[in-house]
Amino acid sequence: MRKGTTILFTLLALCVVALFAADMCVGSVEITLRDIWTVMTGGECDPITTKIIIDIRLTKALMAILAGAALAVSGLQMQTLFRNPLAGPYVLGVSSGASLGVALFILGAPLLGLGGSSLLSSFGVAGAAWIGAAAVLMMVAAVSRRIKDIMVILILGMMVGSAVSAIVQVLQYMSHEEALKSFVVWTMGSLGDVSTTQLLLIVPAVVAGLAIAVAVIKPLNLLLLGEPYARTMGLNIGRTRMLILLSTTLLAGTVTAFCGPIGFIGLAIPHVARTMFRNADHRILMPATALLGAVSLLICDIVSKIMTLPVNTITALLGIPIVIWVVVRNKNIV
Amino acid sequence: MIRFNNLSLGYGDRTLIDNLTGEVAAGALTALVGRNGTGKSTLLRAIAGIGDYFAGSIELCGRDLRSLPAADLATTIAFVTTDKVRIANLRCRDVVGLGRAPYTNWIGRMQAQDEKIVAEALASVGMSDYADKTMDRMSDGECQRIMIARALAQQTPIILLDEPTAFLDMPNRYELCSLLSRLAHDEHKCILFSTHELDIALELCDAVALISPPQVHILPTDEMIRSGHIERLFTNGIVEFNPATRTVKVKG
Repeated sequence: MRKGTTILFTLLALCVVALFAADMCVGSVEITLRDIWTVMTGGECDPITTKIIIDIRLTKALMAILAGAALAVSGLQMQTLFRNPLAGPYVLGVSSGASLGVALFILGAPLLGLGGSSLLSSFGVAGAAWIGAAAVLMMVAAVSRRIKDIMVILILGMMVGSAVSAIVQVLQYMSHEEALKSFVVWTMGSLGDVSTTQLLLIVPAVVAGLAIAVAVIKPLNLLLLGEPYARTMGLNIGRTRMLILLSTTLLAGTVTAFCGPIGFIGLAIPHVARTMFRNADHRILMPATALLGAVSLLICDIVSKIMTLPVNTITALLGIPIVIWVVVRNKNIV
Repeated sequence: MIRFNNLSLGYGDRTLIDNLTGEVAAGALTALVGRNGTGKSTLLRAIAGIGDYFAGSIELCGRDLRSLPAADLATTIAFVTTDKVRIANLRCRDVVGLGRAPYTNWIGRMQAQDEKIVAEALASVGMSDYADKTMDRMSDGECQRIMIARALAQQTPIILLDEPTAFLDMPNRYELCSLLSRLAHDEHKCILFSTHELDIALELCDAVALISPPQVHILPTDEMIRSGHIERLFTNGIVEFNPATRTVKVKG
């Protein structure tokens, strides 16, 4: 490993710790670092402060780290698999699938006279989103077994996305104000709606997704040369594609299900990692992307709390300049 | 050594090569020549195991291609395609190192032995000084050499190249083909490459495989020149082949 790489990794790790602490301090109620330290080390503190730290701030900060790493790593895998610098987890239809699931759940169910406000708990929404995302990705995976050309799959993913947004618009048009509002709120994305119980489900899913991502590091490196080369070097293309799609569903699908669509992290962060580390080797890029994803979503969360804006707005404002920069100087990046 | 038994291939419902039986020898450089669209790439892709064929069989070093597991195929045959590989931030050393993929562990860790083979591969194509450069800032000829070094690092008895001379200037073409010839002779490799350079093929190659649709003639170079196949294939209203000088001339 080059010397600069070790230094960068150390700096990034320190950034994650510092931003994690900062994220816990910032919010509608000001909490000092000393209070956080006391609570985290099991000391005595004001019961309300303790509750805020454990139930709200800690969950939210952990979720920011998990979601940032998950989205960025799934984006890295997509970009290498599709050899397209503008591929991201959402291009394949994770977002549209999740939207369809949620739209059918929030907007469609009341139209059919089903359900009530109790059913619209965030867990039900998350479940619907996860099923929707997984269904679309399964479909893409099934198609990718038959169609060899990866660009066709990319185009299919975009078409599915357009079809889904059309259906969602129809549902929106026919829906009542209340249901419409809950749907729109979900599309804005939020790290704050995750409960500690849900975290018990999210952590294993994201860890499994990251484990698969680590397992495909070597295949991803071979795919840098393109599929024909990768195949003549002994790579099983079908199995690799399935693993990458599974990893993306677990990572991006789970995060989208519980936090709503958080855009641009998956698309922009891998490029930041490539530029910062001046490397294309996934053994470096994978951990770098995960750390940078966590750092960037923690920053976005802090900014969104200070300005009281949805986190999706902040990721878009931060991510779009990076994406534009990529398009402008786009030369053989992936 | 590559052996074809009654091989038929093509794409869609179009047969390009029919009932090919013959072999490409080890320790020799063989040129695959033929007009545009006669199936040179299709044949190479089929041998490399990334393209399909209709009927017959292909034997690589005595083993049937279709019965070879992917891992064994990767240690038997290396392929240099026409795909341009220009990845920013990827050093030549790493590109050539990917050729070691069939031998490295699950995450692709390079042992001292692998590093040595990579260094040797770079040296044999004369690109040692480029080890730490990235491929997005190199010429076509330099990139082509790196991709050949990658194939060498794969340490396979058979190497296939699809039009390796296509983007090179005249001195570079001859240099590249001499390099391939040296590798075939010194390291007893079976090297088959497709090309449109008839003069290079006849001058530097030990054997020529000529696609005369739907047949393929595989003959030692001298026999090929005497056979008359070349005249039949490469002569039209404008140019003609002269066996005495081994060159194509405009009819005057």
